[in-house]
Amino acid sequence: MEITMTVNGIEQTADVEPRTLLAYFLRETVGLTGTNIGCDTSSCGACTIHVDGESAKSCTLLAVQADGCSVTTIEGLANGDTMHPMQRAFQENHGLQCGYCTPGMVMAAVSLLDENPNPTEQEVRLGLEGNLCRCTGYHNIVKSVLACAAEPFGATK
Amino acid sequence: MIPASFDYQRAGSAEEAIALLTEHGDEAKLLAGGHSLLPLMKLRLASPSVLIDVGRLDDLRYIRDAGDHIAIGALTRHRELETSALLAEAAPLLSHAAGHVGDPQVRHRGTIGGSLAHADPASDLPAVVLAMGGTIVVQGPSGQREIAIADFYIGFLESALAPDELMTEIRIPKLNAEGWSFQKFNRRAQDWAIVGVAAVRANGSTGVALVNMGSTPLLATGVVDAVKSGATAEQAAERATENTEAQSDINASVAYREHLARVLVRRALEESGLA
Repeated sequence: MEITMTVNGIEQTADVEPRTLLAYFLRETVGLTGTNIGCDTSSCGACTIHVDGESAKSCTLLAVQADGCSVTTIEGLANGDTMHPMQRAFQENHGLQCGYCTPGMVMAAVSLLDENPNPTEQEVRLGLEGNLCRCTGYHNIVKSVLACAAEPFGATK
Repeated sequence: MIPASFDYQRAGSAEEAIALLTEHGDEAKLLAGGHSLLPLMKLRLASPSVLIDVGRLDDLRYIRDAGDHIAIGALTRHRELETSALLAEAAPLLSHAAGHVGDPQVRHRGTIGGSLAHADPASDLPAVVLAMGGTIVVQGPSGQREIAIADFYIGFLESALAPDELMTEIRIPKLNAEGWSFQKFNRRAQDWAIVGVAAVRANGSTGVALVNMGSTPLLATGVVDAVKSGATAEQAAERATENTEAQSDINASVAYREHLARVLVRRALEESGLA
């Protein structure tokens, strides 16, 4: 089936099998490997991307479900060489260790601040409940998100 | 993990979805948010040969004040239930519980109709709607019918929906700000409830329903009888396991589930002020 979606502002058209998961479409067809596949069972959140501005787990969406949608991956956050404020906050606050969960964490965190620009620490923890860090680096991840929220203009680009 | 091959059809209207269901019979499954169905398909526990995508039927995505009840379109997403000012006012148990389904990513995609139709006894919303005495509106080739939620669940992953019917609306009685409570016990964030309890007093009548204590969501009728006859929360909670058939699994033994049911019912009765 032929589908067309906007990925990080660029229109992508491809012929896909209906059973193609969005995560695999992004990684293998579009070639954007920043979206990691972790558990592949919608538990870990490593594959989190945005569909029409809202966080979603791309291992539990069919590519055909995103036909006509606007998709943003971790590669779409930075503005050229300038990191997104959330990416910078993760860098400055040591919000990553091995880095595997990081793309999903950052995407979930950006969506969280879009919905709640001034979250409490507890709200950040609850807002990231769909993302697992096997280094257990949650303390600095939460610190990063709170630091980003405290910046002027928050998570907006 | 990749699901087995299937033929994908996208419905442009409820009528088209029903026509496709009629054409393909029980070979077909409806796809809404996909957050119950796709994980089963990836594990090859479900292998429908046709998927009928109803996820774009935006005219079934609404929360409306319909006088004595709230009407919710079946394609309304958990996030919309969670953040609805109307539900927070008129059915706070539902909006609160919707905010505890899965995680934010799941709530952005999953729908109330999909959750109810999937008929998983471990899901939160079936028990919540059961406690509130909701009504399910379904549409089929010969028109529309209403099913009381108490008659909707037949068995494990099995509901009164016929293979050629589409759930279109959920009707929730208004609660008039009386007491309610939702208790969900799990070991990890985002997990299914090991046991859950939804309790509410709506327009003078009391509803208590159990999550994951049998093959369907269950009404705790013994608890309600005890509450009506003036029992304390602790006394009423002793009847929480009547007519349940809890299963043993990796998370909990039958005895532990029954213990949780009693504790959570007591907490729910206390928090809601029902007993």
